[in-house]
Amino acid sequence: MRHSIEFLLNGERIAVDDLDPHTTVLQFLRERRGLTGTKEGCAEGDCGACTVAIAELSAERRIEVKPINACIRLLATIDGKALFTVEALSNANSQAPLHPVQAAMVDAHASQCGFCTPGFVMSLFALFKNECSPSRDRVIEAISGNLCRCTGYRPIIEAGIKATSTICSPSEWGKSKEKLETKNDANRALAPIDKGAARESQKIVWLNTPGRSGALESAERAMIEALAALPANASSESLHYRFGGQQFFAPRSIDELSSLIADHPNAWILAGGTDIGLWITKALQNNSTLIYTGEVSALRDICESDAALEIGAAVPLEDAFRAMNRHYPELAQVWTRFASWPIRSSGTLGGNVANGSPIGDSMPALIALGATVGLRHRERVRTIPLEALYLDYKKQSRASGEWIEKITIPRRIPNVQIGFYKNSKRNEQDISAVCAAISMVIDRGVVQHVRIAYGGMAGVPKRAVNAEIELTEKVWSETQVRAAMQAMHADFSPMSDMRASAAYRMQVAQNLLLRFWLESQSATAEVRVI
Amino acid sequence: MSATFRAQEVAAGVDGERHGAVGKSVAHDSAHLHVRGAATYIDDILEPRGTVYAALATSPMAHGLLKHIDLNAALASEGVIAAYTAADIPGVNQYGAITHDEPFLAEGKVEFVGQPVAVVVARSMREARVAARKVRCEIEALPPILSIDAALAANSLFKKLEVVRGEPGSAFANAAHRTSGAGVIGAQEHFYLEGQIALAVPLEDGQMHVFVSTQHPTEMQQVTATILGIDWKDVISECRRLGGGFGGKEVQPAQFVALAALAARLSNRPVKLRLDRDDDFMITGKRHDFAFDYDIAFDDGGRIEAYDLTLSSRCGFSTDYSHQVNDRAMCHIDNGYSLTQLRLRNYRCKTNTQSATAFRGFGAPQGAFATEHAIESIARALGKDPLDVRKANFYSPERGMKTHYGQAVEGFWLPDIVNRLEASCDYRARREAIREHNAKNPIVKRGLALTPVMFGISFNASFLNRGSALVSLYLDGSLLVNHAGTEMGQGLFIKVQQVVAHEFGVAANAVRSTSTNTAKLPNTSPTAASSGSDLNGMAALDACTKLKERLIPLAAKLLECAPTDVVFRNGGASTASGIKTIDLKTLATRATFAKIPLTAQGFYYTPNIAWNGDTFEGTPAYYFAYGAACSEVMIDTLTGEHKTVRVDILHDVGNSLNPAIDRGQIEGGFVQGMGYLTSEELVWDDHGRLRTHAPSTYKIPTAADVPEIFNVALYDEPNHVPTIHRSKAVGEPPLTLAFSVWFAIADAISSISDRRQMPALTAPATPEAVLRAINALKQ
Repeated sequence: MRHSIEFLLNGERIAVDDLDPHTTVLQFLRERRGLTGTKEGCAEGDCGACTVAIAELSAERRIEVKPINACIRLLATIDGKALFTVEALSNANSQAPLHPVQAAMVDAHASQCGFCTPGFVMSLFALFKNECSPSRDRVIEAISGNLCRCTGYRPIIEAGIKATSTICSPSEWGKSKEKLETKNDANRALAPIDKGAARESQKIVWLNTPGRSGALESAERAMIEALAALPANASSESLHYRFGGQQFFAPRSIDELSSLIADHPNAWILAGGTDIGLWITKALQNNSTLIYTGEVSALRDICESDAALEIGAAVPLEDAFRAMNRHYPELAQVWTRFASWPIRSSGTLGGNVANGSPIGDSMPALIALGATVGLRHRERVRTIPLEALYLDYKKQSRASGEWIEKITIPRRIPNVQIGFYKNSKRNEQDISAVCAAISMVIDRGVVQHVRIAYGGMAGVPKRAVNAEIELTEKVWSETQVRAAMQAMHADFSPMSDMRASAAYRMQVAQNLLLRFWLESQSATAEVRVI
Repeated sequence: MSATFRAQEVAAGVDGERHGAVGKSVAHDSAHLHVRGAATYIDDILEPRGTVYAALATSPMAHGLLKHIDLNAALASEGVIAAYTAADIPGVNQYGAITHDEPFLAEGKVEFVGQPVAVVVARSMREARVAARKVRCEIEALPPILSIDAALAANSLFKKLEVVRGEPGSAFANAAHRTSGAGVIGAQEHFYLEGQIALAVPLEDGQMHVFVSTQHPTEMQQVTATILGIDWKDVISECRRLGGGFGGKEVQPAQFVALAALAARLSNRPVKLRLDRDDDFMITGKRHDFAFDYDIAFDDGGRIEAYDLTLSSRCGFSTDYSHQVNDRAMCHIDNGYSLTQLRLRNYRCKTNTQSATAFRGFGAPQGAFATEHAIESIARALGKDPLDVRKANFYSPERGMKTHYGQAVEGFWLPDIVNRLEASCDYRARREAIREHNAKNPIVKRGLALTPVMFGISFNASFLNRGSALVSLYLDGSLLVNHAGTEMGQGLFIKVQQVVAHEFGVAANAVRSTSTNTAKLPNTSPTAASSGSDLNGMAALDACTKLKERLIPLAAKLLECAPTDVVFRNGGASTASGIKTIDLKTLATRATFAKIPLTAQGFYYTPNIAWNGDTFEGTPAYYFAYGAACSEVMIDTLTGEHKTVRVDILHDVGNSLNPAIDRGQIEGGFVQGMGYLTSEELVWDDHGRLRTHAPSTYKIPTAADVPEIFNVALYDEPNHVPTIHRSKAVGEPPLTLAFSVWFAIADAISSISDRRQMPALTAPATPEAVLRAINALKQ
């Protein structure tokens, strides 16, 4: 067992053993380290002012760079990773050159009050480290978790496009590579025997190297080595962090996790923390035992077989949706409109399913596809259809001590038609008023298979069973669609709240089925705007 | 130096050659710090030794008698140092923007859900917040009044007003056509990214230094003195920058700075009070929501012949700026249109909700929106294009060139702006294309609207229209400028630096701005009403002029030329021919030997303005800023979802001091206005609890909402009245450019009908509001 949280903070190796395990990354940065470039705007992962980047080693020992919301991410989950804040990109107190992302932001006049700016810089930095010449839409997706109240975004989008395209273009890249290597050599020449300086210059080169190319191999290698040298990566020991009567477990195996959960029935099982983070920051709650699923490698696996796609419970939403999208491209909006990139990078599919919120967007899609969940209690494993997990608002069929191990999505049925529709007040980074997912097979004009699932219509994600009955083995026609729409009154009695009224929810739920019908007709008229 | 010389210099600052820094797209003074995370906000200031943290306990009830506050559980909570209630206030428990009708801490009664009742101090922010939730209030419930309708029914009003111009009665009787309409325009939360925050540091001899994120440092100084019962001279109020203001940090921070100061005084420690975002939403005031209804008479050409309009606003539990906001709403109902036969009623409702406050536009959007709604009703009644009805009603020699409050309209180039935009955005052809699209598409409808902006510049309260500045030349030749304005992202500091740099012939970033500080510039006006650069730019010019007056004779002697030949450029003073130059460092040093003071104070007040709120007459605006926007939207008639696909803007900023900064204000204002009218919905429940109190439930626009085609141009025409370099104010006017989005949505909805009536669309036009309007039209 290891007992201290060890990670790289802006390249520097840090060990923490004297903070409450509920401490967020943001609290650590601002209050412990005085790194005040990272801001708190909402403390719930919705504004992005706290965005920082983490780099972690993948199973293939490649570096994965992701943006995260520091405000709700617990510091203990950074063990074994490299954490980069805005201060890393260029020395705040010197005349050091700006990072290409920063320079582009200045050139585009993309900051006004400046409070959101470091968050945008870090989201764009994460994009810069992941993609070369992304489209305008990709740039927008990358910053959809960052709110700005001053600029109207146009200059930020422009800066994002510029920072990720110019440098990535082969000719420009050649120049900047040369420049960086010269700078690197110069640094080495200045301090040939100073390993620290060499490491620092490698870090600067790495930060300024765009894309996942690893084009500057020495810098990439240096970063991989620095990460690999951290205890979390160099040993197979689990982290058991204790402070002030509270403990944080990060088991590495399923057996270990199983025993911990069974032994600590009142512990919080922490996955991405995008909901539990709010219990801490908003409800001001705590729990003396936190059990983190994110280091159980078996839970982070995505297995693709001929029969199914198996997604481990701790797979981040971003990776899970990417895998799902390969088989079901119609679900693109589950992916792109689900919260924001930082949230999808921390939050997990297992967490979303386990949370079971009636307005979570992944469940309607999974239910429509006929997904199952694997539940585990110590060695006992059982598999149930996902919809059978949800009994009532915040009531699940999971037995005490039973936890979600994986989600299994069957492979595409031949000739299936899929629809996924998300309806919310704002298009990006909003919680659905209604979310619909439909899977249907029509054979010679007759509906042979149909699954319709909704979010926002009941206390749980739920199938529209009566509507399905109206359609099953009937001719696929507008008359039958309208009958199914009517049947939804027997399926749902939605509630009114600040997101939408009951009447609106019902009408939209019905009309989304109508939209699916219209989309199935090969007419030229437009049927959706989002 | 003669007065004539000064007048010439000032005139040069207004009309002179635009060289050097002025008129250039110089980066924001802090841009390089913003991107590095190195710009210091209040929460980033290195905390003084021993700093402790405060949190507020608030009322869970909208209205009631506050019988008792039980602090025991809070005091017993871990880490708690102290807890204070109104009874602990050594000074006066009363403040307010204009009328002092708000308590810092509730006393005897509570008047809205979220009203602070106690302040808890603890070793850590979290401990303070945990403890604050343990404060228990014993409240005897009273029936709350929550809505405009309820307030009107109960006659719960701060004020009601009626203004009559001409003879609307007979004009209605004689008119060819008449229609009526009604609507609501919801409230809006400022959602500055940096929440409310104050740090109070006790100083020696009973003084207090407060660091607070505010648009109004003097008000913060005043309330700190009030709650502590000390003199203004014993309080320093300071702010380097705000992480966004938008009106929400004009008077709203007063309560938090005062309570931080109270806790600091009573605990004798530095105290930081930083609101959690949810508390910020629950406690602070928002933009006033309005209800309006009207009767309007018009001729065959759509020209308004008589207008009867009622504006009712929800002001919350106290007056705050509500009278001024409503005055401005009443003034801005014209929005470029001549309204000679008018009956205007205004009800200012007192409700048990957060006290509505200043917000970018300050009532003008709500007033102008009502009339734009009426204009669109006329267009539908006559089957005309709304743009033609707009044009037919603009101020003109025929229709009249005087506002309904008696101000002569001068420099009225709005019609030209509208005509140019109409042409550049290809309005007529797109109108036709949209008609064709809609004929072919039963589900997705497109809509188009082109709306004008006319915005009066100046505080209606004339005395507030003053700026002050302090310009110092140091012995090394570097320049420092301070002024009354605060930097909240709008680029005021860089604009003033540009003005000073221009005067001394140096680069804008060679001039330093430091924090706005009441010990340096006392008795300041708030940075509000779009006035920042108008007032403080001119004050800085005045200071520069005074300083140069003192330096020029010396420079002339050193350069061996006539004083009138001395010019400041390229980092020093030189002869007009440029043959001889003396750098600023040498000049400053020589000036010190010559016993010339190197600091000058500047002052400016806006001339020729006056306002009488009682008669509702005067010339409250020094000038008007104009603009126009054309927006095209798509709506989904199955769900009410919509998307803005193209926006074209032509906006008037006079001679721009900094085109990049001005464009930022235009685009940012537009998008903020778009959020106001589409996705930003504040929902209170039947108990008066705000249900949308975080970004998870209150949705401001994201990058994805910005139209991909977003053409913004500046209307290139110098201000017709003398302002700093003939520029115009730009903070607020662009917000109402976003009307075009809402009216384009209304246009798209109308396309499902015969277009003869205005859809019953509310603002904000959420998908639900759009679908509701579609349902109503189908019935």
